[in-house]
Amino acid sequence: MYPEDLKYSKEHEWVRLNGNIAEVGVTVFAQESLGDVVFVDLPAEGTEIEQFSKFGEIESVKAVSDLFSPVGGKIVEVNSSATDSPEVVNEEPYGTGWLIKIELSDTAQLDTLMDAATYQATLD
Amino acid sequence: MTITTSAGDIDRRLLMDRSVAGRKAFTLPESDVPAQKLPDSSFLRDDVELPEVSQLEVIRYFSVLSQLNFSIDTNFYPLGSCTMKYNPKINDELANLPGLADIHPLQPDETVQGAIRLLKNLQDDLGEITGLVGVSLAPLAGAQGEYAGLLVARAYHESQNDSARTVAIVPDSAHGTNPASAAMAGLEVVTVRSDDQGNVDVENLRELANESTAVFMLTIPSTLGLFEPNILEINKIVHDAGGLVYADGANLNALLGLVKLGDLGVDICHSNLHKTFSTPHGGGGPGSGPVMVTDELAKFLPKPVAMKTDAGYVMATPEMSIGAINGFHGSFSIAARAYAYIKTLGLEGLQSVSENAIISANYIQAKLRDKYNIAADRYCMHETVLSATKQKKRGVAGLDIAKRLLDFGIHAPTMYFPMIIDEALMVEPTESESKETLDHFIAVMRQIDDEIDSSPELILEAPHDLPVTRLDEATAARKPVLRWTAESNFLSS
Ligand SMILES: Cc1ncc(COP(=O)(O)O)c(C=O)c1O
Repeated sequence: MYPEDLKYSKEHEWVRLNGNIAEVGVTVFAQESLGDVVFVDLPAEGTEIEQFSKFGEIESVKAVSDLFSPVGGKIVEVNSSATDSPEVVNEEPYGTGWLIKIELSDTAQLDTLMDAATYQATLD
Repeated sequence: MTITTSAGDIDRRLLMDRSVAGRKAFTLPESDVPAQKLPDSSFLRDDVELPEVSQLEVIRYFSVLSQLNFSIDTNFYPLGSCTMKYNPKINDELANLPGLADIHPLQPDETVQGAIRLLKNLQDDLGEITGLVGVSLAPLAGAQGEYAGLLVARAYHESQNDSARTVAIVPDSAHGTNPASAAMAGLEVVTVRSDDQGNVDVENLRELANESTAVFMLTIPSTLGLFEPNILEINKIVHDAGGLVYADGANLNALLGLVKLGDLGVDICHSNLHKTFSTPHGGGGPGSGPVMVTDELAKFLPKPVAMKTDAGYVMATPEMSIGAINGFHGSFSIAARAYAYIKTLGLEGLQSVSENAIISANYIQAKLRDKYNIAADRYCMHETVLSATKQKKRGVAGLDIAKRLLDFGIHAPTMYFPMIIDEALMVEPTESESKETLDHFIAVMRQIDDEIDSSPELILEAPHDLPVTRLDEATAARKPVLRWTAESNFLSS
């Protein structure tokens, strides 16, 4: 449920690094706690964000929650299938349900995040 | 066409679907005046589909709908934070007396002296109940009461040439309207954490309170149904920093005659008449959220405020009023109900309202704590927040339990609020319910917990016996159908 090759934040987002591009989404835990996701609000491409700052909102049948970026940098791509068909966030949170891609300002930021085992330990 | 459902032969067609071209519910006599052309008929449309039905069909349609309704008049309704208690019908009748119902807000004051006197007396009673003597009945809902109260706080700081106070500190457990009202009042919202007991984290508050603090918003009882034990210390911290204390008294049902917010050092509060004072919150109708302030702050209150002068009762504008926050006098008929309720019960009656509300909630909590986790396991006030985390681990979520309760004729508790509690089920039994009803609820909750192991599908597929069964809430939110069209066939979908 928590792939080894990803890094995790305590706000239940994950990061997958490809070169200096970080793909960001929410974890299985987040997706399950939220319940059926009905709306995702993401920023425009080109927006600069800081690590751990709010970048959008995710709404489920239960509640609206803020999304916090586990890394900082420039948003280079936004997943329109997540905004158009929010159910992909429930179905494939680590795949087609990714949210944004960020051009990292500082790869050292990844060191402040958790690996899969550490993250999973925080959930119990 | 007859549609048979499991719940009997209920005709579920919408009024639109019953339409037959040319059918109508009236017959007009032949016109005996010459026909006139409208000067401008360009706004008349014939593309609007309206139901063409008879009077009898309209009556049947709405009568059946009203029978399908789940209401406090038919069922136990422990919807936390909504205070779905019994509101005596006589208060509706009194509010509908012609002298109260058939008057107009634009009538000159001297022709509605009784009505203004009622408002003045209600202001005085609410001042007495809360210990905050400056009262305006203008706000039309709890949220608007908050907004008005926060504008009063801003006006006060400005009058002190202290306009650098721009921050509202709000607990993470607060009702969503608190930060929203603060933002709307032009304040910056800073969140203070709750500690592991569900109280305000006093040390965190101490770090946050400073010369930019305009106001601290404390919900009391808190959204966890708890009395804040550190309230005196909290108020001192805020006052020492130069800020004002705002109490969200939406749920005053727990405090009547027991605690006066003013005595605790609160400067401003609001209350929801449409919870505690004879109008239900869940009713969806008009509301009333009076704002109460200290004597010192009364001059900033929103207008109009009922006052007594030598010449009689008048609707007046306080000296440095923040102005009007809506048209006219607020929700007059809700105020009339509240006044009837307060006068009927008197101080002793109001006190026993709160005592019984508190005892009922604690009884439920005590009888369920071995099966369900309690968000903060200590004496609660008028409601208890259960957390269905143990049940979730066994495969049944709070939502499923709420749905299953419907099968037993019990309205669902408030779910997933407050948001800091996982799988929250917020139960507010109110003072109105008999011990038998509370025992029935307790027995049902215990049985549902047993069903998780014996027959979980009973819970996961609930409700079974209602006119509509489990709704597809996700699709309803993702692809809402908001308007009837000839193509939208609600019955087959
Ligand atoms: C604690 C609290 N504050 C504020 C409100 C807002 O009241 P209203 O819905 O009338 O705006 C509520 C409503 O339930 C509440 O429970």
